[in-house]
Amino acid sequence: MNDGKKELKVAALENGTVIDHIPSNQLFKVVSILGLENCANSITIGNNLASQKIGKKGIIKVADRFFKEEDLNKIALVAPEAQINIIRDYQVTEKRKVSLPDTVHGIIRCGNPQCITNNEPMETIFHVTDKVNIQVKCHYCERSASKDEIEIC
Amino acid sequence: MPSSKKIAQQANATFSVVLAFFVDNRICNLKQIIPTMKRESLVSITDFSKEEILDLLQKASRFEANPNQKILEGKVVATLFFEPSTRTRLSFETAVNRLGGKVIGFSDASTTSSSKGETLKDTIMMVSNYVDLIIMRHHLEGAARYASEISSVPVINAGDGANQHPSQTMLDLYSIYKTQGTLSNLNITMVGDLKYGRTVHSLLMAMSHFNPTFHFVAPDELKMPVEYKLFCDQHHIPYFEHTEFSEEVINQADILYMTRVQRERFTDLMEYEKVKNVYTLHNSMLENSKENLRVLHPLPRVNEISYDVDSNPKAYYFQQAKNGLYARQAIICKVLGIEV
Repeated sequence: MNDGKKELKVAALENGTVIDHIPSNQLFKVVSILGLENCANSITIGNNLASQKIGKKGIIKVADRFFKEEDLNKIALVAPEAQINIIRDYQVTEKRKVSLPDTVHGIIRCGNPQCITNNEPMETIFHVTDKVNIQVKCHYCERSASKDEIEIC
Repeated sequence: MPSSKKIAQQANATFSVVLAFFVDNRICNLKQIIPTMKRESLVSITDFSKEEILDLLQKASRFEANPNQKILEGKVVATLFFEPSTRTRLSFETAVNRLGGKVIGFSDASTTSSSKGETLKDTIMMVSNYVDLIIMRHHLEGAARYASEISSVPVINAGDGANQHPSQTMLDLYSIYKTQGTLSNLNITMVGDLKYGRTVHSLLMAMSHFNPTFHFVAPDELKMPVEYKLFCDQHHIPYFEHTEFSEEVINQADILYMTRVQRERFTDLMEYEKVKNVYTLHNSMLENSKENLRVLHPLPRVNEISYDVDSNPKAYYFQQAKNGLYARQAIICKVLGIEV
């Protein structure tokens, strides 16, 4: 009975992508990073669901959409534990973790108001200096930001 | 021949597709997409290796022996000072003039198109059409790095906000080298504003090649930032922190690097008033200092070195400013690829 209730929380997906194990407080940042506000596909978002791994988690299911690996890896900035499930014909055909790249172009806003990137029409570039604790450094003003300080554009 | 042309066209087309792919995906490998900085630009002192630093010191010493040479004849250099500066601009312009080059530029951004809202990119694209070299100071951090990536000619960073000021570091290194005969195994004591002072941060990184011992003397509000202490730890450089500016600390120093508590770096002026006069060097404090000790200061000084120190032979800050001319002549020739 309990198992049935759990299943009811999130509808099954025929084809598409499931992003699981997103920390609850980062869920909407993930939505923003993937640009889901402007996505016309069916999207199911669940938040504050019980998780043995991270306490409370968020989950996003996007029907009929398969993201590029590079796009999905962007979310490692805010949700390094996130898991990607690719669903085809109700079956999980691929399961993997996101992995942080060495350099991030254009997603992060520099927190330094005196940085050139906040004053010119230009793309930001951040170097990932610590992949474990998540620390990034602005390529231009050289200011560092920790995971909690990272602002998404 | 036509087939090889076809192959070349196909290769170009493939390259364009690959490039478009990378441009479309904002995260990717650094080497593949970061705009290539022209190697000859100087944005940060960390752009130079230990060998390059030592080579520049040798060149500076040659310019000191013979500062007037016509090696920049026919070259035009732009000095774009979006932020006011006295010493740095005059010393760069003197360096170019003494080498026979011509200078164009401005010393006040309010008289330029940037006051009409022109972007830095447009200004740099336009100026780089006219000149052989751009020397630039800007109030925004990272402005020089950005300029070096979009300019078709080399860019020398003459200060970008609180970030980097590599030519100051080169003249500091040259002054240390000249007065001590070496850069290795020295006791460098930095005093004053170690939090906001960009000169001490750059000097710390540049000296890391030469096995120094650092002493940081600063009030708690202006302590050396954690990232630089971490940098010392990673490079196995010993450092000691002091809040008291005592004779004991002075007496073991080879170099006493004094800094100004910069009013413009404070958002809270009450905080500035509290700390501005905390660390002042008086002549009597140098009584038992080492014979080879030299007092350096990036200038301008306000209260941190009293005037009675000026006549002490250990005071070196005015000669240090003069050394800026030779260090900058060496830098200009290096970025233009001119062997001297």
